[in-house]
Parts: sequence; structure tokens; C-alpha cells
Amino acid sequence: MDTLILSRIQFGANISFHILFPTITIALGWVLLFFKLRFNATGDDRWMEAYRFWVKVFALSFAMGVVSGITMSFQFGTNWPGFMETVGNIAGPLLAYEVMTAFFLEAVFLGIMLFGASRVPNWLHTLATFLVAFGTMMSAFWIIVLNSWMHTPQGFEMREGVAHATDWFAIIFNPSMPYRFFHMVLASFLTVSFLIAGVSAFRWLIGGRTAGVRVALKTAIYGAALLIPAQILLGDMHGLNTLEHQPQKVAAMEGNWETQSNVPLLLFAIPDDAARENRFEIGIPNLASIILKHSADGVVPGLNDFVTDEGEVLHPRVAPVFWSFRVMVGIGMLMLLVSWGASAMMLRQWRGVEGLPKPMLYALVGMSFSGWLATLAGWYTTEIGRQPWLVQGVLTTKQAVADVPAPMVLTTLIAYLIVYAILLGAYVTVIFFLARRASIGAPLGTSEPRGKHAAPKAVPAE
Amino acid sequence: MTMFDDPAVWLPFAFAAMMGLSILIYVVLDGFDLGVGILFPFADDDEKDRMIASIGPFWDANETWLVLAVGILLVAFPAAHGAILTALYLPVTIMLIGLILRGVAFEFRAKAPKPYKRLWNNAFFAGSLMTALSQGFMLGMYVMGLDWTWAHAAFGLLTAVFLTVGYSFIGATWVIHKTDEYLQRKAVDWAKGGIWGLVLGIAAISLATPFVSERIFDKWFNWPQALYLSPLPILSAILVIWLWSMLRRMPYPGDRGSWHPFAAATALWVMAFGGMAYSFYPYVVPEKLTLYEAASAPESLFIILIGTCIVLPTILGYTILSYTIFRGKATELRYD
Ligand code: HDD
Ligand code: HEM
Ligand code: HEM
Repeated sequence: MDTLILSRIQFGANISFHILFPTITIALGWVLLFFKLRFNATGDDRWMEAYRFWVKVFALSFAMGVVSGITMSFQFGTNWPGFMETVGNIAGPLLAYEVMTAFFLEAVFLGIMLFGASRVPNWLHTLATFLVAFGTMMSAFWIIVLNSWMHTPQGFEMREGVAHATDWFAIIFNPSMPYRFFHMVLASFLTVSFLIAGVSAFRWLIGGRTAGVRVALKTAIYGAALLIPAQILLGDMHGLNTLEHQPQKVAAMEGNWETQSNVPLLLFAIPDDAARENRFEIGIPNLASIILKHSADGVVPGLNDFVTDEGEVLHPRVAPVFWSFRVMVGIGMLMLLVSWGASAMMLRQWRGVEGLPKPMLYALVGMSFSGWLATLAGWYTTEIGRQPWLVQGVLTTKQAVADVPAPMVLTTLIAYLIVYAILLGAYVTVIFFLARRASIGAPLGTSEPRGKHAAPKAVPAE
Repeated sequence: MTMFDDPAVWLPFAFAAMMGLSILIYVVLDGFDLGVGILFPFADDDEKDRMIASIGPFWDANETWLVLAVGILLVAFPAAHGAILTALYLPVTIMLIGLILRGVAFEFRAKAPKPYKRLWNNAFFAGSLMTALSQGFMLGMYVMGLDWTWAHAAFGLLTAVFLTVGYSFIGATWVIHKTDEYLQRKAVDWAKGGIWGLVLGIAAISLATPFVSERIFDKWFNWPQALYLSPLPILSAILVIWLWSMLRRMPYPGDRGSWHPFAAATALWVMAFGGMAYSFYPYVVPEKLTLYEAASAPESLFIILIGTCIVLPTILGYTILSYTIFRGKATELRYD
């Protein structure tokens, strides 16, 4: 394998690992703020119970997000120097604003949010919680602006091979940014909803039936049921936007080779890039045309339009895009089914959490990390679908890659993968360990025998 | 350099100054919390908890200064960013893995099942050590001009050890300030053991730097330029003597002046850093690329500068707020 493909795998692995944790923190920050505000308003301790449990998951996720994010900020230099050299004038300010407006805000107020409750007035603690949630949202905003600009670049001109900004408003509010940003934010809320629902269902199943678990479970299920239709609608709009700006990506998502009308929506197919056709197609007639063009005989662009006369292929490899899109949409449908099913059961005769039968609780536990899968699948669709471009129409991935020896990239890639596998395992295990410990009523702090000369007892962050 | 009214001159200069400032703040702030990690094996279990408590609310923000420094490098000097980071590919990876390990260990050591706590303590130590060593190595390679030769790598290994001991020294002075009784006395001993690393490190880099290029040699030893540099060694020597005399007698009754060693260590860092910045200016990649050649387009730098002028003071403000809220001796760290 050469440096290019290894660097791509390495970048893909690092960003995939990173995105898992922001996906959780972006929404969980707001959920925590919600718990805290409910507690401030009602004085009801179950909100605080929920807060206390989930703030631990937040702290853990945040730490994972920060350290993997630091890796990301080095990756541009170590693996893609051509990226900054060509579009640095645009990417630079956006990244700088992310660091300045978001990272410091989060990092400083996180300390106060986690450890300051007994040292600062309650309003300041609530404010710190808000600022952390706001900061994560700002991070997401700036990075998505940059990412969207890479898909739909505008507001710049090329001088001597280097992009120069001409209109910052156009750069920030580029055509795909609003769709991508809101789709991502909703993805994050859905991921968190299913995580909370799954872990709470787990606690409920093993007998931890406290008031705190009950409100968390209810909030999460109703939240998910409300958000998923919005996400599906937004996803559809996002797809239409992509059709306008990156038709080759939509063609790959649909597995559509020829520009034609009456295109079916393929449920299953094995796209063959070499033969330039699909095998084993199963589809619903006309549906793709209806979704994308709102009429059965709408003409949908096909992949064969994106091959130059010299035979150069200007569309992505089809199978990964085709499949990851189906995984995302599939999980979206599953989320709809489960969250509406569970809501219906809870609403029936107002039985609440008691109305959930065991199989439903197990299904919820099984869906705990479904948001992660859908998010990753979505990003793979987006990012692989942009290939061979790194910045659509401006810079190809090949032009940007660093001149680092392939074995070096391979070695570091393996090292990263090992670390990530271990940490991911530890993360999931610890969340369920915390859930189990909370359910059997063990004290949440780590209480240890005091040493002979220990001064005031220091309990590390729970 | 008479063209400071030309934005293509003063903007890169301003950004270089900002980057220097972030690196300096980073090596002081993350220096002390990395140092605490490096000292971990010398502490028993209770002391470990207390040491973690002394850095728990700060480490994340401390690390963000690194992100800012790399960010400015990337944003303002894209060409240098690529050149430096691809040359340092391997040590950067080691540093990143180190940062990952120690960052998550903060959380896992307290949340994972009890039997795993020792494992995560070890990960915290190992991660801190990897980070410090690789940063020291990169420092050495950078001073030598980023060429991979055996001699340069050997020098890099030397600076790796010195920087690590230097971090453990500033970490120890932090522990002196944030704890009391037995642990504080222990930290005084650690600091006494660590100060030599700092002194040797500064000496090694100072000895090597003038021989990197004739230009720097002239700056150091040619009259009258040498005059500009002369306060640095003198002040540094005074600081070292002051530190040593303090450490021999600490802790003072009533815990008087427990922050003095940390302050003095910070001042030493500033001197060393100032000397380096003075020597290498105006190069970002030593002897290859000046900051004026490597800079981004002025209009992009200007956009960032506007934001910086507003945001940087705010950041400093709430950083100070946080250090004020968590002032005093480190006690229990809990979520409520
Ligand atoms: C919980 C996560 C989740 C769920 C349930 C869905 N998505 Fe999604 N989708 C994402 C999470 C996501 C994402 C990871 O957040 C992406 C990647 C980039 C982006 O903006 O959002 C994404 C990208 C993405 C794209 C790619 C657009 C582009 O880059 O050009 C399309 C067309 C859709 N989505 C459409 C849908 C549809 C029709 C869904 C209906 C079920 C759906 N998504 C559910
Ligand atoms: C929003 C910020 C993002 C930026 C600036 C960004 C930028 C990039 C860059 C520079 C590459 C390298 C070019 C290449 O490998 O083809 C890339 C590729 C890739 N990215 Fe992203 N990305 C972002 C978000 C994500 C996320 C969140 C994911 C996944 C969860 C992701 C998944 C990938 C994958 C899998 C590739 C490899 C594609 C391929 O090689 O075919 N990206 N992206
Ligand atoms: C190439 C792309 C990316 C880079 C260079 C990057 C960089 C970073 C860095 C350095 C941090 C740590 C901040 C700190 O020190 O506090 C971070 C955290 C964060 N990132 Fe990323 N990131 C990238 C992609 C993304 C994407 C795609 C998203 C989401 C849409 C995202 C959202 C966040 C959020 C919300 C945080 C803060 C919360 C947390 O740490 O969990 N980032 N990122």
C-alpha cells in the first residue's frame, strides 16, 4: 500500500474515533443543562440524580474528545500539508476561530462545571454548564463550516495555485453548511437519546428502578421520538442539496450508473466498479426519481457522466458510498420504529416506564450505540462521496498528501488502532460498570481506607 | 525591518509573537501537570489522588494552549507547519499517543473498577513520560534544524531527558504550592532532585545553539549584539541560586511563600524561552524558512487578528477566574 492510501486510512481512523465523542458531548451538555434547570425550578432530587450520573459520562466523553481532537489538529500538518498550503487562507481562520471561541471556553468552564459545584454560587455553576454546552456547539459549528466549504466551496479566488478569501460571508454560509450543521446536531441529540435510553433501560432491567432512572428513560425516549422525524426530513433536504452541488455523490449513493428517468430506489445491490454496473439489484420502481425529483419520470444523474473522455474517473468508488448510505438510513428507520413503539407503550393508559415490556427494554439496550453507527455511516457517505476531491473541484486528495515514507505511516497507523481499540473497549465497559454500580446503590465516590499520613482526603474526580 | 507599517511584515511578526506566547504558556502550564504525572511513581496511592486533585480542574485548559500554538502555526505559517510536522512525524505520533493515554487516564482511574486503578495510574505516568520525552526530542531536533542525522538524534535524546526532568521539576514546585505536610516535604525533595535537569538542559541548548549557524553565533558573541543577551544568563543564575536556597529550607513556617519556587521556575522558563526566540528570529524553520516567507496572505491573517484581540483577553480573564476559584491547597475533587 502506498502513502496516499495509508494516510487516508489513518485520517479516516482518527477522525472516526474523534467524532464519536463530540457526537456525545454536543448534545449531552444541553441535556445536562436541562436536568440542572429542571432541578433548579422544581427542587426535585430525581433531576439531580440523573444529572449526577450523566455528568460522569460527559466528563469521560469529553476527555476522550479532547485528546483525540488534539490528534486531529496535528494530522493536517503531518499527513496533508498540501491542504493548508492550498486552502490555508480559508481553512486557517475557521480553525482559529474554533480554537479561540470554543475550545478555551469549554476547557476552562468544564473544570468549574465538574468540580466547582461546592465552590461557586449555584448560578455560576449553571452558567458554567451552559457555557460548556454552548462551547461544544460552537466547535461543531466552525468545524462543520470548514467541512461544508470543502464540499461546496465558494467566496474565494485562486491566485498562483493558492485560494484567497474574497467573501467571508459566502464562505461561512456556503450552500451545504446549514443542512450539514443541523443534520449533525440532530444526529448528536439522537445518539445521546439512545445512549441514555439504552443505559437507563439496562439499569431498570437489573433492578435499579430509581426516580432518576425513570426520568432519564422517559426524557430520552420522548426526545428521540420527537427528533427522529425531523432528522429524516432534514436528511432528505440534505440529499436534495447534495444533488444540486455534488450530483456524482448522489449517483453513488443511489448506485445509479446511467442518467435516466424512472430510477428505482435500490434496497440491495452489489455495485461493481470495474464492470461499471450493479449485481443482484432489488429495488422499488421509480422511487429514487420520486424522492430526488418529485416525479416518477424525473431524470436522475448517473455515474457515467463523471468519466472524462480520457477515461479519468471523477466520481467516488461506488460500493462504500452506496452501502454506508444504506446503513445510515436503515438505522434511522430502526430508530423511528423503536422510539415510536416505546413512546406508544408508555403513553398507553399513561403507564409510563412500567408500560415497557422486557423485549422493548432489551431492544433499547441493544440500540445504545446505534447513533454512533449511523453517524459514522453518514460521515463515510459524505466524505468518501467527495473523492477524488479533497476540496470539491479545487484540490484532489492526491495533491495534498505528505511525502512521508509508507512504512512510517503504517507503523503509526497500527499504533493508533491499538490504542483506539483499547480505549473504545474501556469506554463502553466503564459506562456499563458505572450503570451497574449506581444500580446496586454503591456510593458513587471512590472510598478507600485512609493512608497513614494522608492530609485532607483527596477523592479524585469520580 | 524598517517596514513595520507594511502588513506583510507586522502581521507575521504579531502572529509569531502570539505563537511564542502560547508555546511559552503551554510549557509552563502543561509543564507542571505533565511533571506531576512524571513524578507519579514516587508517590503512594493517597498521594497520587492528592496530586491528581491539584491538577484536575486545570489540565484540559492547559493542553488547549498547545492546540492554540499548533493552530497559529497552521494558520499563520502554513508552509512551516507542513515542513516541521512532516519532519517530526514519528515524535509527534508518540507525543499524541502519550497525550491520549494521560488525558483519558484522569477519568478512567477514578471511574473504572477498582482493580484497574493501578493500570490507569501507570497509563497516566507512561503517557506523561512519553509526552515529555517526545517534546524534548522535538525541541532538540528543532534547534538542530530538523535534519535527521545520528548526531542530531543523539542531541535530541539528550534534550528529551533534560526537558523531562525539567517538567518534573516545575511539577514538583506546583505540588509544593498545592499540598502540605508530608507530601509537601516530599515534593521539596523531588524539586531538589529535578533542578539539575533544568540547569543542564538550558546549558546544553545554550551551548549548542550558537554553533547551529554563524548567524546565531554572531548574535551571541559579537559586540555589541552580545550585550542584548547578557542579562539572560545573569538573571538565570540568580534565579537558580535563589531556588536552591529556598528549597534547602522549605517548607517555611506557616507555609509562607509556598508559591515562590513555582514562580521562580516559571521565570527560568521565560528566560530560556526568550533566549531561544531571540536567537532563532526571524526563522520559523531554523535557517531555512523565515516567518515572513512562510506567512499566510495578509487578508486572512487580519481576519484572525481582529478575533484574537477580542478573544485572547477574554480567555486570559476566565483562565484567571478558574485558577482563582480553585486556589489554595488541593483537597477533595468531587462533582458535587
Ligand atoms: C444519528 C445519526 C443519523 C441518522 C439517523 C441519519 N443521518 Fe444522515 N447523516 C448523519 C447522521 C444521521 C451525519 C453523520 O451527521 C451526516 C454526515 C455529514 C452530515 O452532515 O451528517 C449525515 C449525512 C447525510 C447525507 C449526506 C449528505 C452529503 O454529505 O452530501 C444524506 C443525504 C443524509 N445524511 C440523509 C439522511 C436520511 C435520508 C436519513 C433518514 C433516515 C438520515 N440521513 C438519517
Ligand atoms: C468536519 C470536519 C472534517 C474535516 C475538515 C475532514 C477532512 C477530511 C480530510 C482532510 C480528509 C483526507 C482526504 C482523504 O482521506 O480522502 C478526509 C477524509 C475522510 N474523512 Fe473527513 N473530515 C471531517 C469530518 C469527518 C468525519 C466526522 C468523519 C467520520 C466519522 C470523516 C471521515 C472521513 C473518511 C472515512 C475519510 C477517508 C475518505 C477516503 O479516503 O475515501 N470525516 N476528511
Ligand atoms: C479535522 C477535523 C477536526 C479537528 C482538527 C478537530 C480538533 C479538535 C480538538 C483539538 C479538540 C479538543 C479541544 C480542547 O482542547 O478542548 C476537539 C474537540 C471537539 N471537537 Fe473536534 N476536530 C475535528 C473534527 C470535529 C468534528 C467533525 C466535530 C463535530 C461535528 C467536532 C466537534 C468537536 C467538539 C464538540 C469538541 C469538544 C468537545 C469534546 O471534546 O468532546 N470536531 N476537536
